[in-house]
Amino acid sequence: MKQLFTFIRKEFHHILRDYRTMMVLLGLPIVQLLIFGFAITNETRNSAIAVLDISKDEATQNVITKLESSRYFDIDRSLTSSQQIEQAFKNGRIKLAVIFQPNFQNELMHSNNAQIQLIADATDPNQASTLVNYASSIIMEYQSELNDQNKLPYTINTEMRMLYNPELKGAYTSVPGVMAMILLLISTMMTSISIVKEKELGTMEILLVSPMKPAMVILSKVIPYFIVSLVNIASILLLSVFVLGMPIQGSIFLLIAVTILYILCALSLGILISTATDSQLAAMLISLLGLMLPVVMLSGYAFPIANMPTILQVISNIVPAKWYIIMVKSVMIKGMGLAGIWKESLIIGGMTAVFLLISIKRFKIRL
Amino acid sequence: MTNEIVIKTDKLTKKFGDFTAVNEISFEVNKGEIFGFLGANGAGKTTAMKMLIGISKPSSGSAEVAGFDVYKQTEQIKKNIGYMSQRFSLYEDLTIKENIQLFAGIYGLTDKEIESKGEALITKLNLQNESNKVVGQLPLGWKQKLAFSIAILHRPKIVFLDEPTGGVDPVTRRQFWDMIYEAADGGITVFVTTHYMDEAEYCSRVSIMVDGVITALDSPANLKKQYVAGSMEEVFIMLARKAKRGE
Repeated sequence: MKQLFTFIRKEFHHILRDYRTMMVLLGLPIVQLLIFGFAITNETRNSAIAVLDISKDEATQNVITKLESSRYFDIDRSLTSSQQIEQAFKNGRIKLAVIFQPNFQNELMHSNNAQIQLIADATDPNQASTLVNYASSIIMEYQSELNDQNKLPYTINTEMRMLYNPELKGAYTSVPGVMAMILLLISTMMTSISIVKEKELGTMEILLVSPMKPAMVILSKVIPYFIVSLVNIASILLLSVFVLGMPIQGSIFLLIAVTILYILCALSLGILISTATDSQLAAMLISLLGLMLPVVMLSGYAFPIANMPTILQVISNIVPAKWYIIMVKSVMIKGMGLAGIWKESLIIGGMTAVFLLISIKRFKIRL
Repeated sequence: MTNEIVIKTDKLTKKFGDFTAVNEISFEVNKGEIFGFLGANGAGKTTAMKMLIGISKPSSGSAEVAGFDVYKQTEQIKKNIGYMSQRFSLYEDLTIKENIQLFAGIYGLTDKEIESKGEALITKLNLQNESNKVVGQLPLGWKQKLAFSIAILHRPKIVFLDEPTGGVDPVTRRQFWDMIYEAADGGITVFVTTHYMDEAEYCSRVSIMVDGVITALDSPANLKKQYVAGSMEEVFIMLARKAKRGE
């Protein structure tokens, strides 16, 4: 027991003394979360749109005011003809054009059927459809207000509700994703590097000759990074609640419990990598290419899994981060309990067991 | 010398597939002896040593180290030996004190022992002013002396040194050997591999390995007489030239 303690203290000396790496370990989650939470986001704000209003009546003014008062659009009213629209798209001045038919109000009042055309710059299809959605829902809103006043019979109201994330905040997807990525990075990459480093420097030989048991060496490598991971979890959660305004709907203890389970999975993966290689560089490359890419591409964090080809959907099942992200979203955003995530917990627990078994087997072969 | 035997091997063999790295070596080492284990690169020295220190299982034959069997009692062997490898064996980013605390802790010394023995060690090596510096800043010679002192801090019965003086200047090497003599006088058996033939002259007895086999084993004086040579270097070249294995 005293051996273990001595050795863990030594690992902390390594970590604390290499303060550049430590800054990265502790600073990276914060920077990444802020970048993904604020800067890189699917929300579109203050997009430049043009309005072509030949009719210039009360109804068109009302619609335009409504569009303007939303925080999504910056409105350019200078257009006077449909030719100018294409020009504005071509030189990239606008992302969306809203075109009212002539005699808009008249048509609306008398034939009950007025046309608004929405033209979007679909070179960025995601942005285009987001903008069109925003604009049409604003127009729908106006329409329903009119209907309320007129008490017209036979009106159909389409009502949209964005469940769990009513404001469509980007943080809701980026927080679980960043958590999955950071924990994997620190737990897996740092443990595998620190174990392989001992092999590379030759100190592992000294340790194997000492009465220290290999399992103790590994355990004392793992504990410090486990603690660093917990610190990161705390900073990520505090930041997402108090800065990004994310709620924790479910039990925070359950959230922490599944996170610890995921950390254990990542740590055992790190041990497995360290048994597979003798060089720090190789350990880092395996961690980065073999783990970071799947996490970003296949975990459902950046791209929806449901839209992938079947083969990738199958492969995505072996990415632990996929299951972890599902669990974090379920607990943190939907407020589900253990009953809702037991399947995912079992999968990650199973993966951890498999990684550990293979590592133990490989470690024995080495000796 | 009490003639107590601390290392005893009998036809100890290690095979890697078809390749026989160590072929039926048999020898005995007495307590307090400085036993030189010589051989060209690839002769099988390191493999033989790894079997003795319990990190490699022999293919056949038997061996006892400090009275314990190398097959079954590696745990006890590890507690009773010290080891220092050709590669520098301390942590460069830890201070001298931290390295001492770490290794003493691993070998199960109590806090009191660590405190007093650590102090004594630092005073002996004249490192009082450096004790809180990280080891990476020390010159190589000092590092090696420190590594040796730490390897014998827990008073092992035997200390295994794998080319301990590689890359160290002659003056420091001489000082290093003074420390080895001191340890041997204190009853620690020293098992040392080296490339420097002047160092072979310092040993009580020397074995020379060629192609996995021990071809000569005696005191340096007797070996020189036997091969009619002026120095250990000539003896070594005469024997090593017969090697068929490349590097």
